[in-house]
Amino acid sequence: MSQTVLELEKLTIALPSGADRANAVSDIDLVLRAGKVTCLIGESGSGKSLVARSILGLLPRPHVRIGSGRILFEGQDLAVAPQDKMRAIRGAKIGMIFQEPMTALNPLHTVGRQLDEVLRIHTSLGRAARRARVLELIDSVHLPEPSRIIRSFPHQLSGGQRQRAMIAMALLLNPRLLIADEPTTALDVTTQAQILYLIRELQREHGTSVLFITHDFGVVADIADEVAVLQRGTLVERGAAGAVLGAPTHPYTKALIAAVPKLVPPAPRPANTQPFIVEARDVAKTYGTRGLFGGRVTLALAGVTMELRRGETLGLVGESGSGKSTLARAITRLLAIDGGEILLGGTDIAQLSRRQLRPVRKRVQMVFQDPYASLDPRQRIIDIIAEGPIIHGTLPGKAREEAQALLCLVGLDASAAKRFPHEFSGGQRQRIGIARALALHPDVLVADEPVSALDVSVQAQVLALLADIKARLHLSMLFVTHDLRVALQVCDRIAVMKQGEVVEVAPTAEIFFNPQHSYTKALFAAVPGGTWQDRKAS
Amino acid sequence: MLEGFARFARNRMALFGATVLVCLLLLVLLTPVIYPDDPFKLAGPALQPPGGRFLLGTDTLGRDVAAEIAYGARTSLIIGVGATLAAIVFGAVAGGVAGYYRGRTETVLMRITEFFQTIPAFIFALLIVAILSPSVSSEIIAIAAVSWPSIARLVRGEFVSLGGREFVQACAGLGASDARVIFSHMLPNCASSIIAVGSLLIGTAILLEAGLAFLGLGDPNVMSWGLIISAGRAVLRSAWWICTFPGIAILLTVLGINLIGDGLNEALNPRLRER
Repeated sequence: MSQTVLELEKLTIALPSGADRANAVSDIDLVLRAGKVTCLIGESGSGKSLVARSILGLLPRPHVRIGSGRILFEGQDLAVAPQDKMRAIRGAKIGMIFQEPMTALNPLHTVGRQLDEVLRIHTSLGRAARRARVLELIDSVHLPEPSRIIRSFPHQLSGGQRQRAMIAMALLLNPRLLIADEPTTALDVTTQAQILYLIRELQREHGTSVLFITHDFGVVADIADEVAVLQRGTLVERGAAGAVLGAPTHPYTKALIAAVPKLVPPAPRPANTQPFIVEARDVAKTYGTRGLFGGRVTLALAGVTMELRRGETLGLVGESGSGKSTLARAITRLLAIDGGEILLGGTDIAQLSRRQLRPVRKRVQMVFQDPYASLDPRQRIIDIIAEGPIIHGTLPGKAREEAQALLCLVGLDASAAKRFPHEFSGGQRQRIGIARALALHPDVLVADEPVSALDVSVQAQVLALLADIKARLHLSMLFVTHDLRVALQVCDRIAVMKQGEVVEVAPTAEIFFNPQHSYTKALFAAVPGGTWQDRKAS
Repeated sequence: MLEGFARFARNRMALFGATVLVCLLLLVLLTPVIYPDDPFKLAGPALQPPGGRFLLGTDTLGRDVAAEIAYGARTSLIIGVGATLAAIVFGAVAGGVAGYYRGRTETVLMRITEFFQTIPAFIFALLIVAILSPSVSSEIIAIAAVSWPSIARLVRGEFVSLGGREFVQACAGLGASDARVIFSHMLPNCASSIIAVGSLLIGTAILLEAGLAFLGLGDPNVMSWGLIISAGRAVLRSAWWICTFPGIAILLTVLGINLIGDGLNEALNPRLRER
């Protein structure tokens, strides 16, 4: 048994009165060992991030504070350690990596200066020694040209590079414990795979203990030695990674694992020979301004051609910046395009004026990614859903009646009608967004990452709802996602996009068994937990 | 909304401001009952100190200072609220159009806004009143003319950030007209900031009005706090009460309104709530 680095003893974190529960987490027992990666997994609101913050003494006090319990690190109890002592421990003995490296780095300072600062605060090294150490660390996280990187500002690096810089910063002082709070959630899958590999590699090299906080079982399968499952503040299951993932005992863990979309061959589907309902021909779009003083121009779509058949679900898969969301917005005409044609049922809608577009809007509706931003916070649910039909001339009374029926269709209680969006959870809001899109009886539903902001268990429900509605209402669906597992589950055909172009289109089974393009292969290889699920499937 | 009111009421200073304002409103409403006579009417001997037959003394012409202040309160409130409403309507339209349509429209409207902001507010107001000849309505116009740019900038900023939000796009995707997007989605979502900033503007407007009246550019037929101070400044050393009491009235009113504004800002603005 390797050495214990940190031990949580009956840790309870109290929430302010009026919160949805009295304690964010209660009676957590957890042991972090040297050279081991412990994954703390839970859905949003489970309290997993607060556990990490409590270890570092970074709870948003006085509202949230440690109620009882001990955090034992090197013989002292961090739960009661004074702030100045914590400052000496933070960074030096316990390193931290955050979810969003852009906000964790100061945008006004170069990366080199920010790393140097850590050494200046915590060590008495001279200038040259500090620089050597910084360069060494930058090199160890495999960033190209360390001497250039240290002169760069955070915005000049890509998301993955920034996260590497953050890791270098966290490891500068050889901490005994590294806390990583969803460090790869904001990254693309291929980058995520590299970062996970890097964390694993460095952690083995230095014998660091890692507390890895995540909501993604795929990531857990890739990186964890030990797993702790958190459900609404209670630790329901804990054990070696293989045991928990392979033979979960607690029903919550079982349900969570069952809800993870599998990287398994899709069920064969009959080929769809219906006519095209949406066709994009050489669609081009550039962002940016050519202003008086020049400007930056980004090519978002470089002549994309794709077709959606009636009754079909076409997946648009790609990483951030691939242009998949831009294409979705172009097809719904939320964005004007610079070139090419968009045919809806054979007629070009790309050049229509706003007035001419109105009847077209009814036929193509969109479900948005962020269930928190896509509903007007000041409207009642019934008004949100009824708004579309009212705009298109339905009498308000009748529109509200239909909206009431739609609530039922998307699986919400009739009493939801009179409430406001903030009273609902993410999954429920996404159902409301779907109901709003359906209110106009569209032919085509464009779903832009409809489940990527949701917890896995909720994700599964919303996907099932979408599939059910699609079948019942004979819709055609364009499904934009970055998650290949989700795409395999719901799509008939998949189009892979990269840098504004469609690099491969094929029926789902074909693309799974026989991906042609190298990028498609890379995407499949990078899916977190891929091998774990292969084993499960076989 | 009720929740917002509860948050407002938790702020003691804001509650104090609200109390001051309520007292002021009561004074304005009861003025015709307490002082049925014209405030310009000579009520007794000149320069009577406060505390005698006249609660706050009399001025150089023998007018009752207390009655003058009561009537002045009405003028201040009418001009303060009127000018602020005009500034909000005009500023919201200009800022809203700029923030919604962006592009060239925005450039033109915002440059005009900046043009107004470069002229010192008080001197500009003086100029407008001088041109339009002093009256209550010209004072309102002048004060609104110097106050609207801040509202325009605020509304433009809010509209720009709201315009990128998904619910606004969703509404456009339903086929909604511009008017519908603006009036039923965007304006309600920035109403709280407009209310908060607008309430602060009332205080500024009252100060501006007092300043204009002090310089003799108020409506000569309407009693106002600035006018009383202006008339009393020659005898400041021998009859301190003429200038002091309207001064205190201005101080309390503006302070009260600003405290309410801060309270509203805190109650309605989610970013400041967590304190």
